[in-house]
Amino acid sequence: MEKQPIIEFKGVTKRFGERTILNNVDFKIFEGEVTTLIGLSGTGKSVTLKHIIGLLKPDAGQILYRGKPIDEMSKKEWNAYIGQISYMFQNNALFDSMTVFENVALPLRQTTHLDKKTIKDRVLAAIEQTELSEVFDKYPSELSGGMQKRAALARALVTDPSLVLFDEPTTGQDPIRKNAILGMVAEYQNRFGFTALLISHEIPDVYFISNRILALYGKEIVFQGSPDEFEEFEHPFREEILTSLESLQEDITGLYSKRHFKVRYQTDLSKRHPDAMYAVAAFAVDDLDTIIEHMGHDAAQEIIRALGSYINKHFGAVGGFSSRQTINEYATVLPYSDLDEAERIMADFKKDFREHGLPELKALSEGEKVAEGYFEFDILAGLAQGKPQIEIESVMEFARFNQTPIARFQCERGGKA
Amino acid sequence: MAEEHTSGRQSVEPDAAEEMAPGKPGNAISWIFQPFGARAIRINGDLGAMAIFFFRALVLVFHPKQFSAIVQQIYFIGARSAQIVMLVGFFTGMVLGLQLYHVLVKFGSVGVLGTAVALSLIREMGPVLTAIMITARAGSAMTAEIGIQRISEQIDALSTMRIDPVGYLISPRIAAAIISFPILTTFFDLIGILGGWVSGCLLLGVNSGAYFYRVISATEMSDITGGLVKSLVFGLLVVTICCFQGFFTHMRTDSFGARSVSLSTTSAVVISCVMILISDYVVTTFIL
Repeated sequence: MEKQPIIEFKGVTKRFGERTILNNVDFKIFEGEVTTLIGLSGTGKSVTLKHIIGLLKPDAGQILYRGKPIDEMSKKEWNAYIGQISYMFQNNALFDSMTVFENVALPLRQTTHLDKKTIKDRVLAAIEQTELSEVFDKYPSELSGGMQKRAALARALVTDPSLVLFDEPTTGQDPIRKNAILGMVAEYQNRFGFTALLISHEIPDVYFISNRILALYGKEIVFQGSPDEFEEFEHPFREEILTSLESLQEDITGLYSKRHFKVRYQTDLSKRHPDAMYAVAAFAVDDLDTIIEHMGHDAAQEIIRALGSYINKHFGAVGGFSSRQTINEYATVLPYSDLDEAERIMADFKKDFREHGLPELKALSEGEKVAEGYFEFDILAGLAQGKPQIEIESVMEFARFNQTPIARFQCERGGKA
Repeated sequence: MAEEHTSGRQSVEPDAAEEMAPGKPGNAISWIFQPFGARAIRINGDLGAMAIFFFRALVLVFHPKQFSAIVQQIYFIGARSAQIVMLVGFFTGMVLGLQLYHVLVKFGSVGVLGTAVALSLIREMGPVLTAIMITARAGSAMTAEIGIQRISEQIDALSTMRIDPVGYLISPRIAAAIISFPILTTFFDLIGILGGWVSGCLLLGVNSGAYFYRVISATEMSDITGGLVKSLVFGLLVVTICCFQGFFTHMRTDSFGARSVSLSTTSAVVISCVMILISDYVVTTFIL
C-alpha cells in the first residue's frame, strides 16, 4: 500500500489573466523526503510552491495536506497547517531594516508566547548552526550572498517546521556555494527530519540530496520519481534542460554527469571483448560531518571539488573518465586497465596527491576559519576490476568495499588550517 | 461550465454589437461616458478596499504584541516630525501676524490680532498644514518602505510566518497617527501663536498683553476640539492612504518594481493632500 503523501496536488490549474501557468498538475510529496522540482525558467515552479503556503489559490483542482483539502480547512486547522511550513524565498526576503538576530527571532516573537530568554537561546542556536555567530548583529545588506541565504535558512528553521519549501536556494551563488547550500539542506534535513521541497536548477548536483524528482514542463508535471528513474526518463524535457546543463557542468569541471558517465561506460565497454578486464576506482572524502563541523560547508565543498578536479586530471591523462557519485564520492573507470595496472596508476596518484594534492587542499583552506582544536580526515580510495557484461554498480560496490586511506588531512589549533 | 458561460455570452454579443454600431446615437454616448464609468467603478472599488483595509488595521491595533511597534511609530511619525512641524508653525504664525496686522490696522482693530491669529491657526491652518507636513515627511516614507517590502517579498514572507502583514505593518502606524497628529497639531498651534506674537508685537509694536488676552478670551473649547477632530481625521486619512498605496504597489497596472514604488509614493502624497483639503471642508461643515 502506498504511504499517504504529506502534500498532494490534484488537477491544479492556475491562470494569470488569460495566461495559463499550471494546467491540471498532479504530484505528491512524501514525509521525511527531499523532493526537488525542476523545470525551465518561467514555467511556474515558484507559483507551485506559493500554492502550498497559501500565497496563491488554484483556479481549479485541489491541494491536500495529509489527505485534507487545504481550502476546506477551518481557521484553526489552517493556522496549524501553516505553522508547520517554512518558506525560503528565492531572494531571501530578509527584512533589511533588521539585524540577522532580529530577522531570525521575528517569527518566534510574533507568533509564540515564549519568554525572551527562550527566544534568545533558540535564535542563537539557529544562528550558530548556520555559522552566522560572528554576524548576528549585522544587517542583511552587510552580508555576502551566501550568508544571506544562511540567515534566511536560519529563519526558516527556527520554528522547527515539518515542511520546508526552498525556492531556488542556490540562485546567484558560485559553484562552491551552490554545493555548500545543497549540502546544508541535506545536512539539516537529516538532522531535523523535516520534509523538504526545493526548486533547483543544479542538475545533477541536486540528485545527490533528493529522494524524489518532479519535472515541470509545458505547464504539467511530466515526471515524478527517484533520481535514478529520472536518469532513464525519455522526454523532450531532457533534451531542453538536462543536456544543456550537464554539458555545461562537464565543460566547467571536466567531470561527467552520472548519466553521461554511464553512457560513456556502456559505449566504451560494449566494443571490448567479453573477457577483457577494466578497473574502477572509488574515491571518498571520509567523515564529511567532521569537516563541516570544523571548517564549514563552503570549505568542505572546496575540498571535495578540488579532489574531483585532481582525480580527473590524473586519471584523464591515462584514459580514465570520472564522475561525482554522491555528495562526497567520485568514481573513475579505467576502461583499458586491469587491476594490476590500475594499482600502479593508483600508486602514482597516491604519491602525487600526497606531494602536491594535499598541499593544494591545505592552501585552499588557508582562508577558512577553523574551529579550535585538532581534527583530521582521510581521503579514501579503492579499486576493483570487472568484465564488460557485469553491471558497473556492482564493480563500484567492490571498489568501495576495498577503500583504504590514501592520504590524511590534518589540522591543528584554532584559526587557520 | 466556463466554456458554456462564454458561449452564452458570445451568442448575445452580435445583437449588442449591432446596437453599438457606428452611426448609432448610443455608440457616441457610450464612447464619451464609458471611460468615466470605468474610472468611477475602479475608484469605487479602491475606496471599498481602502475602507476594509483601514478597519482591519484598526481592529488589529489591539493585538497584545503591538505596544513596542506603536511606540516606534510614534517616534517616527511624531517625534521626528516635531521639529519641521514647529518650524513651519512658527513662520506660519509670523506671516499671519504680519498680514493680519496690515489688514486690521486699516480698521483700527489691531487689538484683535491675537484673536485672528489664534483662531486661524487652531481652527484651520494648524490641522491642515501639520497634516500636509507629516504627509510629506512621514507619509511618503511609509509608502516607499511598505512598497519596497512588498516588491522584495518581505510582506509575503510575513504571511508565510503566520504574521498578519496588516497587523504587523499597518496597525502600529494607524495607532501612532491617532496619537501623533493631534499632539503635533497642538505644537503647531502653540508655536504659531508665538510666531504671531513675534511679528505682531515684537516687530510691529502691538501690545503683548492685549495680544495674549485676545488669544485666551477668544478661543473656546469647541475651537480646540474642532481642530483636534480635524487633525485626527487627517491623520487616519493620511496613514490609510499612504499605507494602502505602498501595500498594494504590486497591483499597479501602469508600472512594476522600483518604478511602481516611486509612482505609489507620488500618488500617496498627492491623494493625501487632496483628501486633507476635501475632508477639511466636510468636517468644517459638521463642526460649525
